Amino acid sequence: MQFKDNKPIFVQIAEHICKEILSGKYSEGGRLPSVREYASEVEVNVNTVNRSYDWLSQRNIIESKRGMGYYVSLGAVENIRQSLRETFFQETLPELIMQMKRLGITVGEVEQAIERSQNASTPER
Amino acid sequence: MISIQDIRFGYDKHQALLDEFSLEFAQSGIYGLLGKNGTGKSTLLYLLMGLLRPQKGSIEVDGLSPQNRQPELMQEMFLVPEEYDLPHISLSKYVRAVKPFYPRFSEEILCKCLDNFEMPTDLNLGELSMGQKKKVYMSIALASNTRYLFMDEPTNGLDILSKSQFRKAVIDGMTDERTVVVSTHQVHDVERLLDHICIIERNKVLLNEPLVEEEKAIDLEELFIQTVDGRRI
Repeated sequence: MQFKDNKPIFVQIAEHICKEILSGKYSEGGRLPSVREYASEVEVNVNTVNRSYDWLSQRNIIESKRGMGYYVSLGAVENIRQSLRETFFQETLPELIMQMKRLGITVGEVEQAIERSQNASTPER
Repeated sequence: MISIQDIRFGYDKHQALLDEFSLEFAQSGIYGLLGKNGTGKSTLLYLLMGLLRPQKGSIEVDGLSPQNRQPELMQEMFLVPEEYDLPHISLSKYVRAVKPFYPRFSEEILCKCLDNFEMPTDLNLGELSMGQKKKVYMSIALASNTRYLFMDEPTNGLDILSKSQFRKAVIDGMTDERTVVVSTHQVHDVERLLDHICIIERNKVLLNEPLVEEEKAIDLEELFIQTVDGRRI
C-alpha cells in the first residue's frame, strides 16, 4: 500500500478499508482481519492499525465483538457513503467552486457538461 | 526495560566513541535506532548484548548486567548482526544446536517465517547468498522468541520484495512483551513499523520518544535531518 504525506497513516488505512467495504471485499456483518493480520498485510505497526480500527468504530463502520474480533457494521456502506458525501460538500466542492471562479466557468456551463456526459455514457446504477 | 547509565566506551584507549552516554528504553515495542555512520549504533547493540563491556558506567537489562552473561538474561536476548558467517551445516542441525538456549523457541514460528521469506526448510547454511543468509538468520531470531531482539541494519542486502517480507515477519513476530531494537540508516525501510524513535549522535541522545502521528504522516527522514542538524532542538 502506498501512503501519502499529507494525512496520518492511520486515517489513510481507515479510508482504504472503507474502499474495500464499498467494493464488497468485506461485506456488512462479515468479519475483518485481526489488527495484527491487517498490520502485516499493509506492513505497518500494530498500533497504527489499532487507531484505524478505533477511527472506523467511532464512525459506526465497524464494531468489535468481545473476544471475536472486528466485524463490518450493518449499515456500514450507507455510513461510508454519508461520510464521503460530507467530504464532497466540505472539501471537493469548495475546491471545484474555487477553480470555477478562477476560470470564469458558470454553473450553467457545468450543468450542460454534466448533461452531455450523462447522455454519452450509461449511468453506473 | 533497558537502562544505560553514564557509560564510556572506546575501541581506542585514548578516544571514546561513547562517553557519559545514557539511554533508557522503558517500554516494550519496536524501537528505531537512528544515527549517522560511525555514531556507535552497532557498538551500542554489542554493549547491550554483553559482547562488549563499558569502560565506565552501567548497563542493565531487566535489572541484570549483560556483561555478566547470566543465562537467565542471555536466553532473553538475540542479536542479528549486520554481517555474519553461518557454519556449513543443515538448518535442522543448526536449530537443534541453538534451540536449547532459548526456552520459548518455536519451530512453528520458524517455519512460518521461512515460508514468508519463500525459503525452504531443508537447506544448508553454507550454500546461501547474503540475502538468503539474512532471511534464514532473521527467521531463527524471531523463532527464538526472546524478550529482546536486536537487529543491526536488517534490510541491508535485501531486495524490495524481501524488505516487504521482512516487515511482515517483524509484525507477525511481535508480542506485547517484546522489545525490538532496529538500528538502521535506511529509514524508509522501517519507518511504518516503529513505536519509538531514538536518534543518537556522538555521545548524545538527540531524540528518544514514541512515534505518534497527529495531523499528517511522519516523514522520518525529514525528522532525522532536522534533529541531527539541530534545527529542532
